[in-house]
Amino acid sequence: MTIALWVIVGIVVILIIVFVSIYNGLVRLRNLVKNAWAQIDVQLKRRHDLIPNLVEMVKGYMKYERETLEAITKARTVAQQANAASPAERGKAEGELSSALNRLLAVVERYPDLKASQNFMSLQEELASTENKISFSRQFYNDSVMQYNNKTQMFPSNVVASMSGFKQGEFFEVTVPEEKEVPKVQLT
Amino acid sequence: MWQQIRSNQIRSTFLVFGMGIILALVGYFLGLYFFDNGIGGLIIALLIWAIMSLIGYFQGDSILLATSRARKIEPDDHPRLYNVVEEMKIASGLEQMPAVYIIDDPAMNAFATGRDPKKASVAVTSGLLQKLNRDELQGVVGHEMAHVRNRDVLLMAMAAVLLGAIVVLAWYASRFFIFGGLGRTRRSSSSGGGGIAQVVILVVAILLMILAPIFAQLIYFALSRRREYLADASSALYTRYPEGLASALEKIAASTEPLKSANKATAPMYIINPFRKQGMSAEDLTSTHPPISERIRILRAMAGVSYEDYSRAYQQVRHTNKVFIPAGAAAITGSTAIRHAQTETAEKLDEVERTRDTSNALWNVNKYRTITCACGTRLRLPPTYKQSEIKCPHCGRINPV
Repeated sequence: MTIALWVIVGIVVILIIVFVSIYNGLVRLRNLVKNAWAQIDVQLKRRHDLIPNLVEMVKGYMKYERETLEAITKARTVAQQANAASPAERGKAEGELSSALNRLLAVVERYPDLKASQNFMSLQEELASTENKISFSRQFYNDSVMQYNNKTQMFPSNVVASMSGFKQGEFFEVTVPEEKEVPKVQLT
Repeated sequence: MWQQIRSNQIRSTFLVFGMGIILALVGYFLGLYFFDNGIGGLIIALLIWAIMSLIGYFQGDSILLATSRARKIEPDDHPRLYNVVEEMKIASGLEQMPAVYIIDDPAMNAFATGRDPKKASVAVTSGLLQKLNRDELQGVVGHEMAHVRNRDVLLMAMAAVLLGAIVVLAWYASRFFIFGGLGRTRRSSSSGGGGIAQVVILVVAILLMILAPIFAQLIYFALSRRREYLADASSALYTRYPEGLASALEKIAASTEPLKSANKATAPMYIINPFRKQGMSAEDLTSTHPPISERIRILRAMAGVSYEDYSRAYQQVRHTNKVFIPAGAAAITGSTAIRHAQTETAEKLDEVERTRDTSNALWNVNKYRTITCACGTRLRLPPTYKQSEIKCPHCGRINPV
């Protein structure tokens, strides 16, 4: 009688320990995802901050590229407003900004003076590195989301996840609209 | 990712444990031989080891950075290097930005140090900065970041200390043995008896004295090689571009410049062995690093960037069935496609510009002031220059300082 009681108590205790450790693991992963997202946020903001400097700098050199400059300023405003939106919407807005930025940088090729200036070169290093940081933080975020989602779907952690309301994480992709087009050859 | 780090830690812990046993044996038998007290010798050995470990733990990184003559840089000193380190910090998911150091040396090498990932440093030589493009630099820094992330740095430092303790003990014991031998014989004859036991202890003590440092070194090397493969795999995963590290290693292997500030103890910390011989191809037991050509071939044989891909490439190149990394670790990674080479401006930087950037950084860290004269000449003023103006040696204009 007492032995059976002890066995039941033992099983319950083990179940509680397993539950707590799985729960803590899930919390750890959720925080990892949250931190990774914050990292992306920092880098996207950094890019938003760099763009006015870029526009200001190239303005003096470029007389006939008003449209390109306006497009990038507009894309930046849209991307900034998408600040609190879902990863999918944000990825779309940032993709627009990326493509506007790429267009501007392609235009810069036509201005050798601008390209050779020290200020532009250091700004371009910052821009290039920020692009890299965005893609690396996105990469780490998506890896973390994958890890977290696997945990919330696989047995036995999915039981704990559904009991305690752990939702799936959303992947973040920056979709650049023009990426799939074939680049045009320009003879200048 | 951390499953695989853990299983590697277990294996490495065994190896370090093996070194610990060697240390204990050396201490015990030398104690038994010199003062008829094995436990006493054991305690002395452990004391030496503890003191060295404490120094290594708290001062190891600063000692290493100081002996390699590394200078700390700020983001403005060398934006490209600082940015690449930050990019890799983000890709590896490290919490804290490591300190960035430059070593003023034309040799191409890099190392990472720091007892935990929160307090890490990455050092690269100026030669490396001049020769590598951005993708290659990313690969090298990614490799170093992997050492930090996988906690190799602390493990290797502790293993190096253990090895050092064994070598020190064996060395001093051999001195005592040669110069104190006479006193020892007299004492043993007065105690009398136990002749065979004495001889056995003597033989074991001598054998240990000779063999222990060698064994410890072999374990140390095995430990180090394993870590290098893993760091290569992690670098490919972080950068999503194994070719970057492969081509960096190729360039490094081709350079013949020896690193002046490296020594035997710090060798395993570097991305490639600073004492490598030219054209060495066969992996031998006394190498801290796997042969570079093999590392390059493995990286180039990778079909994707996950640990699984690295493991497959490893098996293919080395013709073994040994699973390099537990398969479970690979499933966690999201997209594992290899990305394209970078085509940004940084890529267009040629070697001349990279050299200029690097020398600017070195002037800056040495606290030289830079004045650009109207004729375009750059004047470098040492921190000891106190006058208020300087004449340009090129055009003769007087520039205010």
